[in-house]
Amino acid sequence: MPDRSHNIDPDRLLGLYKTMRRIRAFEEAAEAASLDGRVGGAVHLSIGQEAVAAGVCANLRPTDQITTTHRGHGHCIAKGTDPGAMMLELFGKEGGTCGGKGGSMHIADFDVGMLGANGVVAAGIPIAVGAAHGAKLLGEDRVVVCFFGDGAINRGPFLEGLNWAGIFALPILFVCEHNSYASTTRTEAVTAGPGATARAESLGIEAFEVDGNDVVAVDGLAGELTGRIRAGGGPFFVTARTYRLKGHTSVDPGAYRDEDEVSLQWAEDPMNRCEEELQRLGLAAAELETIGRQATEEMAAVAAAATAAPHPALIQAFTDVQDVGAPVWSALP
Amino acid sequence: MSSLSYLAAATRAVAEEMRRDDRVWALGEDLGRGGVFGQYRGLVDEFGDARIADTPISEATIMGAAVGAALVGTRPIVEMRFADFALCAVDEMVNQAAKARFMFGGQARVPLVIRQPSGMWRSSAAQHSQSLEAWYTHIPGLVVAAPATPADNLGLLKAAVRCDDPVIYIEHKDLWALEGEVPDDGEDVLVPLGRARLARAGDDITVVTWSKMVGVAEQAAELAAAQGIAMEVIDLRTLWPWDQEAVFGSVVKTGRLLVTHEAVQVGGFGAEVAATVAEDLSDSLKAPVRRLGAPRTPISYAKPLEDQLRITPERIAAVAAEMLGD
Repeated sequence: MPDRSHNIDPDRLLGLYKTMRRIRAFEEAAEAASLDGRVGGAVHLSIGQEAVAAGVCANLRPTDQITTTHRGHGHCIAKGTDPGAMMLELFGKEGGTCGGKGGSMHIADFDVGMLGANGVVAAGIPIAVGAAHGAKLLGEDRVVVCFFGDGAINRGPFLEGLNWAGIFALPILFVCEHNSYASTTRTEAVTAGPGATARAESLGIEAFEVDGNDVVAVDGLAGELTGRIRAGGGPFFVTARTYRLKGHTSVDPGAYRDEDEVSLQWAEDPMNRCEEELQRLGLAAAELETIGRQATEEMAAVAAAATAAPHPALIQAFTDVQDVGAPVWSALP
Repeated sequence: MSSLSYLAAATRAVAEEMRRDDRVWALGEDLGRGGVFGQYRGLVDEFGDARIADTPISEATIMGAAVGAALVGTRPIVEMRFADFALCAVDEMVNQAAKARFMFGGQARVPLVIRQPSGMWRSSAAQHSQSLEAWYTHIPGLVVAAPATPADNLGLLKAAVRCDDPVIYIEHKDLWALEGEVPDDGEDVLVPLGRARLARAGDDITVVTWSKMVGVAEQAAELAAAQGIAMEVIDLRTLWPWDQEAVFGSVVKTGRLLVTHEAVQVGGFGAEVAATVAEDLSDSLKAPVRRLGAPRTPISYAKPLEDQLRITPERIAAVAAEMLGD
């Protein structure tokens, strides 16, 4: 076993750990609500991928912006979105981030620079590129981070978006969260060549690989690259290797995966690895348990609140469509 | 008033809106050289290459980046070059631009103009000639405009740039050279979205159309007049929202409606206008509503074959005569 210890400020690592625990607890509460029918739509869990969200977003300012994917709960929480509003959104309830009109795959929170999850694979890439292009046009000093999965690298907008970011020298960090699966298919079975990093490099974009289950490594690399972007650099590309410990959706048991593969990956759970690092730095196990329990309690409370909350007013099905030629609502007979 | 071409009117609209609002910019292929039809000629000299942005041939990202840039506060004018090429960006138009405001619960707006040069022009064949405006009228969140005259290409384009909704803006390639009177200055230049124009008054039959077919219908009205039929021609100008009040008012007066368009008749926007009138105005109708659009076949290259698909003044006048019982 190689030495995986790092030099990191214990307080910073503890902060990262708290974010990861809150994401894990949110996902577990969402999974439970999905399985018992309280959440109706598809829920794509990021269990096992929390270190990427926490490590990258710890380096972002409130004015920085991100886009994410259908598997984006972790990125939202790490960027600062209120989990209470997120859970209301998953439940399709009033007070959700999008008023219950978007659901899990369309969470957005513009107040914290979260420009939207997306239900279409790779669709967030051009949007993030455009947000960075907009920042440059408006002369605004911010970094845009674009999260996507390894399945996205086989769609055209990946090539187009990276090329665009390169020619316009945009202030954007692409983060390919490589969890090894494109829906229920192993990505390597449908991907020619050496993959994401090489594709980025072929377009002249400086690209890096990082152990995406090592939150300290992710944090360190993201810190370096966001710093270089703030100094006028960019775009940059990161492939963060991680693993989707659950199925494609909450109701997918992932039976197409080898059991040994999955159990090996649970041994690499970023949560455990972060805890080991914290204990090496002298934190007591009891303190970590307290953090874990607090996260579980927080997310149990938001799920209970979401369960009790009312649905949106029916007229909301007709609002915020368009100003010119807007639909007209009248109650069904 | 002064005379401008349909093309020059659009150039003027973009220039005026870019002078008025620093957040407006245009992006697309070849814009620095004026665009493929010359409709951006000279603009890069005044506004620079950041605001008249030359892009790669990446329609999905031209459109998607415009969505992202609109979400963060700019107002992009997206040049799709040919309406046919915009099909490479349908996810970005339909799933992203049209839905972001609604899906995100009203947190964000996507103020975009998506210019789609359309229609048959110089034997351009099946992938450079289509009229696909009806598709976009089907998508909640989108506004669809299709000007027929230089004055409207000035005023509607300016209104589209000022609109906070994504606007699909259909310009007919065969109209670029059309000359017409346009207002010189001032706010009366603006043409409100959703308002039809009475192109020609008449009491016997209402012909509803848009884009290049307005001129064709006006020629048909001359032919009809020679047969003693007074044809009213309504230029819809905006397809979504369409001006029901103007169409209904005319049909109540004439009792007859013919909707004609260059696009394929099956599933064309004429079906929507015809069905709405048939549902709501059946008591006013003296004859069944008729449609006249293209047959459902790809557009040919060879001129005589292409002409098989063309709606002509003679064909419109003939249908009108049938509807008058001749």
